[in-house]
Amino acid sequence: MTNTETRSVVVEREMPHPPEKLWRALTQPHLIEEWLMKNDFAPVVGHRFNLRGDWGGVLDCEVLAIEPNKALSYTWNFKHADTAFDLQSVVTFTLTPTRTGTLLRMEQTGFRPEQKQAFGGAHAGWKQFFAKLEELVARAD
Amino acid sequence: MPMPTTRDVLFKTLADPTRRAIFERLCRQGEQTVGALTAQAGISQPAVSKHLGVLKQAGLVRDRHEGRQTHYSAQLGALAPLIDWTSEMAGFWQKKFDDLEDLLKRMDQ
Repeated sequence: MTNTETRSVVVEREMPHPPEKLWRALTQPHLIEEWLMKNDFAPVVGHRFNLRGDWGGVLDCEVLAIEPNKALSYTWNFKHADTAFDLQSVVTFTLTPTRTGTLLRMEQTGFRPEQKQAFGGAHAGWKQFFAKLEELVARAD
Repeated sequence: MPMPTTRDVLFKTLADPTRRAIFERLCRQGEQTVGALTAQAGISQPAVSKHLGVLKQAGLVRDRHEGRQTHYSAQLGALAPLIDWTSEMAGFWQKKFDDLEDLLKRMDQ
């Protein structure tokens, strides 16, 4: 494994809604806020915006690509003095119509293999983290 | 016997439910005095201080003296060896997709 190699996270889910409706939820700021984070998104390539998490973290983003009702891509960067926490990644949403709705695919790329730490994960995922920790601790005994 | 790793120390330190509860409280509520922590912990102040000492040795908390009071705060960075970025982010997105589905249902109305 080389240091330049990056990892990605893929999450897919089929939703019983048409792509046009999902597209609105992905691109209208007041709707984005309802499921993702507070934001000043605009569906314009090159537009720079911030996503603000409940935990106080602010992500620097820039729209990279837009294909209405099909695909949306933006940067998802988090500046941190500690390189373990510093993150430069790209999030791409792809919408594929299915017989009963839409397959939504999210791919986030850019994690460096040596970078196992998380900024938001540590906050957003506290509950899961402690549940997992308890499991691990139980198994370690 | 192999030398205990950082992970081992962190697991051992957080395996105690009372100690973990103190640490979680510091994570969620920010800096606290020993007195404030004792009031919520349901154990004696010396017991709370002992747990804080163990957390401090593991690098999970930092103390700050101000007058007679000692304030403790969580050091989230110390958890880094336990956290895997990719699985944490996958969990993050799964949760966000749940919220998105809830929103889509509401948009029908």
